[in-house]
Amino acid sequence: MNVIEVSELRKSYRAPDGTPAPVLNVPRFNLAHGEQLALHGGSGSGKTTFLNVLAGILLPDSGSVRICGRDISTLRESARDRLRAIHVGYVFQTFNLLQGFTALENVLLAMSFGRGASRPRARELLARVGLADRADYRPRQLSVGQQQRVAIARAVANRPSVILADEPTGNLDRANAAAALALIRELCGECGAALLLVSHDSDVLAAFDRTLRMDELNRMEPVVAGAGR
Amino acid sequence: MIHTGRAVLLLVRRNLRQHALSTIATALSLALAGGLTMAVFVIEGQTRAAFSGGLGFDAVLGGRGSPLQLVLNSVFHLDTSPGNIPWKLYTEIRRRPYVEAAVPISVGDNYLNYRIVGTSLDMFEKLNYQPGRRLTVAPGGRLFDPDLQEAVIGSVVAQRAGLSIGSTFNPYHGITYDPAQRHDDEYVVVGILEQTNTPNDRVIFIPIEGIFRMSGHTLRGDGGEYTPRRGKPIPDAVKEVSAVLLKLKPGQPGFHLFQEVNRQGRVATLAWPIGSVMAEIFDKLGWMAQVLRLIAYLVVCVAAASILTGIYNSLSARRRDYAILRALGARRGVVFVSIIAEAKSIAALGALLAFPVYAGILLAAALVVREQTGVVLDLWVGHPALWITPLAMIAIGGITGIIPARKAYATDVASNLAPLS
Repeated sequence: MNVIEVSELRKSYRAPDGTPAPVLNVPRFNLAHGEQLALHGGSGSGKTTFLNVLAGILLPDSGSVRICGRDISTLRESARDRLRAIHVGYVFQTFNLLQGFTALENVLLAMSFGRGASRPRARELLARVGLADRADYRPRQLSVGQQQRVAIARAVANRPSVILADEPTGNLDRANAAAALALIRELCGECGAALLLVSHDSDVLAAFDRTLRMDELNRMEPVVAGAGR
Repeated sequence: MIHTGRAVLLLVRRNLRQHALSTIATALSLALAGGLTMAVFVIEGQTRAAFSGGLGFDAVLGGRGSPLQLVLNSVFHLDTSPGNIPWKLYTEIRRRPYVEAAVPISVGDNYLNYRIVGTSLDMFEKLNYQPGRRLTVAPGGRLFDPDLQEAVIGSVVAQRAGLSIGSTFNPYHGITYDPAQRHDDEYVVVGILEQTNTPNDRVIFIPIEGIFRMSGHTLRGDGGEYTPRRGKPIPDAVKEVSAVLLKLKPGQPGFHLFQEVNRQGRVATLAWPIGSVMAEIFDKLGWMAQVLRLIAYLVVCVAAASILTGIYNSLSARRRDYAILRALGARRGVVFVSIIAEAKSIAALGALLAFPVYAGILLAAALVVREQTGVVLDLWVGHPALWITPLAMIAIGGITGIIPARKAYATDVASNLAPLS
């Protein structure tokens, strides 16, 4: 069963002069349940836009994007928000932790929009990412590696069906990058989530069995990922 | 929704804490505004109630002039007397079948600025100063003997002038204290009245005969001048009184008396009904209360506007946070509600702090009013303004939150999530 099914996806932005600037043209893309796939490509190739569309943050101009069987373009905004809260975990390059909240509160907030906040489970998750003693620290009080681990714990807090990771190691040094990557992959395995990770780091890409170049995906001719299931 | 409620709570708490200084400053200005509004309403309500209602008698008969001046002078012991009326009017009116009680008073002397009122024992035995309440002498004292130079004093006089039972004092002529105007007559305090929280607390009551016989006083009841002599009875014809407090029997006697005295007579004025006479002063001064209320409302509006600008100005810094929240699955509504709740919380904090401000203003006003009039304002007497104002403040706070909340509601997620360079 596929967690993500995309067909005939088109998305363009409006250039400052008002003309549409096409960004995405994805004839076909699937990601199977539990599958882990790395996507790479040059900057401006539409990677982040693609992830935002998959997360339901942006709507496609045409085509169908199904997340866990539901076509996001037919859903009302609040239903898309709900779908994202429950089924999609997002990890950003810049972590995007909420400043002013503790690590624990960051995880709890994500939970509260999804399957419900549980303090014990949030603490358990922070312990799982090695931050049991940092639960009450604010992002500024944490190292970058620790911040990304909080972000990873937050992404899996609702036991999502898929984790979208946008350059999750881009701001980390080599050691932290390797640790963060391993952590994401392990946690996805533990909660049964599929992983779609965007990166241009060759070390990261080397860790994946399957990788996909953005220009293979974002073209006129159909590109099938996930063994065509 | 229960879960997002918790998220909203976390968000509001964080935002209030992060902008603590602006939160506190705004709450304080709201507190000032709310306290002022409540105080204006309560002070106006209580002074109006104290002055225009709740008296135990119906009318005052006095010299020809303004009924308002007559009531202010004879009931509230303010202002000056409009003039005396012949004793005959008092004796005539007390015999009317519809008059339940008629109490003469004679004014014009003081002791250390506390007004001396000559009266009969009916003041204590037949007249209620408020419905169901009589002036009573505190234990250890007694009423004066109408034939002796004795005094019964109000509780404030006792405290402030340092008089106690057995103390003696000499009255001074006039309503303001002037050492040169000392009368030779010496009075002895025989009773101290129980506290009434009315102007009576600031009065010294002596027998009316004492006023007639006070050294230096001249009686003009019959048009001529008569100086009483010790041991010789004073003819009724020469006696005069400042006013007569009247308690009428139920029915409509006041109206007939009003017609008789005010329309036909030429010597006297009947202030009736006292409540509406006093209400007149509030109607005349109504614009002042109106202006005060207007100022209070304006201050509320300015404070409410500061909620708006405070939150609005911090929005650009929060935009990324809202985008992150949305990316985590928060609905637009959560963002909207959290800002409204934040605005309401600031307003609620202001409303809470408004009560000490209100208490401060009222206590200060109560001191002044009591000092000037003897009327006591009570902090603890309820007034609708005390709950309407805080609720209205919170509602206004919520309304001012709508503008920044709408802006935050419209936050574009994708563009605000872009990595900061």
